[in-house]
Amino acid sequence: MSIPISEKVKEIKPSGIRKFFDIVSEMKDAISLGVGEPDFDTPWHIRDEGIYAFEKGKTFYTSNAGLKPLREEISNHIKRKQNISYDSNDEILVTVGGSEAIDIGLRAMVNAGDEVIIPQPSYVSYAPCADLAGAKNVYINLKAENNFKLTAEELKSAITDKTKILILPYPNNPTGAVMGKPDLEEIAKIIIENDIFVISDEIYGELTYNGQHVSIASLDGMKERTLLINGFSKAYAMTGWRLGYACGPKELIKQMTKIHQYAIMCAPTISQYAAIEALKNGDNDVLEMKISYNQRRRFLLKAFEDMGLECFEPNGAFYVFPCIKEFGMTSEEFATKFLEDEHVAAVPGTAFGESGEGFLRISYAYSLDTLKVAMERLKRFVEKLRT
Amino acid sequence: MREELLTVIEKNSRIDLKELAVILGVSEQAVLDELANLEKEGIICGYHTLIDWDKTSVEKVNALIEVRVTPQRGQGFDKIAERIYNYPEVKSVYLISGGYDLLVTLEEKSLKEISGFVSDKLSTLESVLSTATHFILKKYKDHGTILDKKHEDERELITP
Repeated sequence: MSIPISEKVKEIKPSGIRKFFDIVSEMKDAISLGVGEPDFDTPWHIRDEGIYAFEKGKTFYTSNAGLKPLREEISNHIKRKQNISYDSNDEILVTVGGSEAIDIGLRAMVNAGDEVIIPQPSYVSYAPCADLAGAKNVYINLKAENNFKLTAEELKSAITDKTKILILPYPNNPTGAVMGKPDLEEIAKIIIENDIFVISDEIYGELTYNGQHVSIASLDGMKERTLLINGFSKAYAMTGWRLGYACGPKELIKQMTKIHQYAIMCAPTISQYAAIEALKNGDNDVLEMKISYNQRRRFLLKAFEDMGLECFEPNGAFYVFPCIKEFGMTSEEFATKFLEDEHVAAVPGTAFGESGEGFLRISYAYSLDTLKVAMERLKRFVEKLRT
Repeated sequence: MREELLTVIEKNSRIDLKELAVILGVSEQAVLDELANLEKEGIICGYHTLIDWDKTSVEKVNALIEVRVTPQRGQGFDKIAERIYNYPEVKSVYLISGGYDLLVTLEEKSLKEISGFVSDKLSTLESVLSTATHFILKKYKDHGTILDKKHEDERELITP
């Protein structure tokens, strides 16, 4: 008997990150710099609120859109941080992580053949989710010389009369790039002129260094054409709680809620109660973690500088994206050899799109001690390659 | 930088100067200057090491003593606190709100020495009204550090 598998699913490539991790788990002294989740535990007061919710028997479904008090807190939070007003009644949907929001957002908007613009290098989920939604993906290869920002020219040249959606992934995984207000204003102009819609993935928004994160939805005329996605995983170190949210125009949230209700029902109840506490009393935790990440970021940039490895200064997320082109190897060759010789796993830039060729993603969701050992090994490796 | 510097060295006072300058994003000289200021201002009072003596063969007994005292005119609790903290076996003295006045912590080699200190020295002080001694049986967490637990990386393999 042949097992029925859809052609579309068959075409999806397995993620390029996986392979390296499998090797790491078999090496005894291996250091992984590959993980994309915080190394911090969820702050205790948030976990405590989860425990309390269990004790009180909060073990039922919530409404499809999520707990009303949580949606209200999300609304307050965005108002406070970005000065954007979302109605907690019908403009906010609580999802199972930001990833669900990406998936159902695309599915709710895309008709077969619509073009979705995906700037790369970027998070690996956009392309397969858009594929599954029936989109035709149009990639923009972001450039190191622009600090991996999306420029107005790049966007303009990717737009056709079939373009429906731009995915805007900033602060960026894997490059750590951010787009400031002036950068966003440039591209907002083109988005409005061409009447396209934006999915703005701001999951790393709280982790912005040297300045505050600006959401494109806060710019004039953009709120009505933006689906803002965020969540609790990165900012509050709550990856395992699986909780995110999407904010956008009422009509879109309504349609997304239909998919959400049939596929998911609702986001995990306990997590939703804990998330209310995170939004109410978690600012200080976010700040403390951010200070730690920033210290590690500075440490890595200095380490690269000392070993003469080119790397632009990333101002967001918890990744650095050094350039390894001088060694005349592909990213994958470099990463493989680095893992074999020095037992350190970093993710080849190509896992995040073609334009990641010649780069390496190094996560700093690791303690300074771990990073220190890893950088000693990288230095030794790089010096060996140069001789 | 001040607060961030303090937060870092409060957890790890052995961090080297060069690394400290890098992670704080300032020059080494700036760190040195700030450390000197903090010491001068009495904000940094020492660079101690957190030791779990229970894991060594050295016997140490710790006690918390609640002390009720009569405050002295014009000097409040300061005078009697000074009398107490001058004993070298006294590790800390805090003025406490609530049911008693001073919390004194003590470290000695044996229970006998502690009871000797309380009965001979502490209780006999004129303004001491009463004492209640509590022996510490086990330290789970000290100075924000959990003593018996190694932090393991529990993150599993996941893609993306």
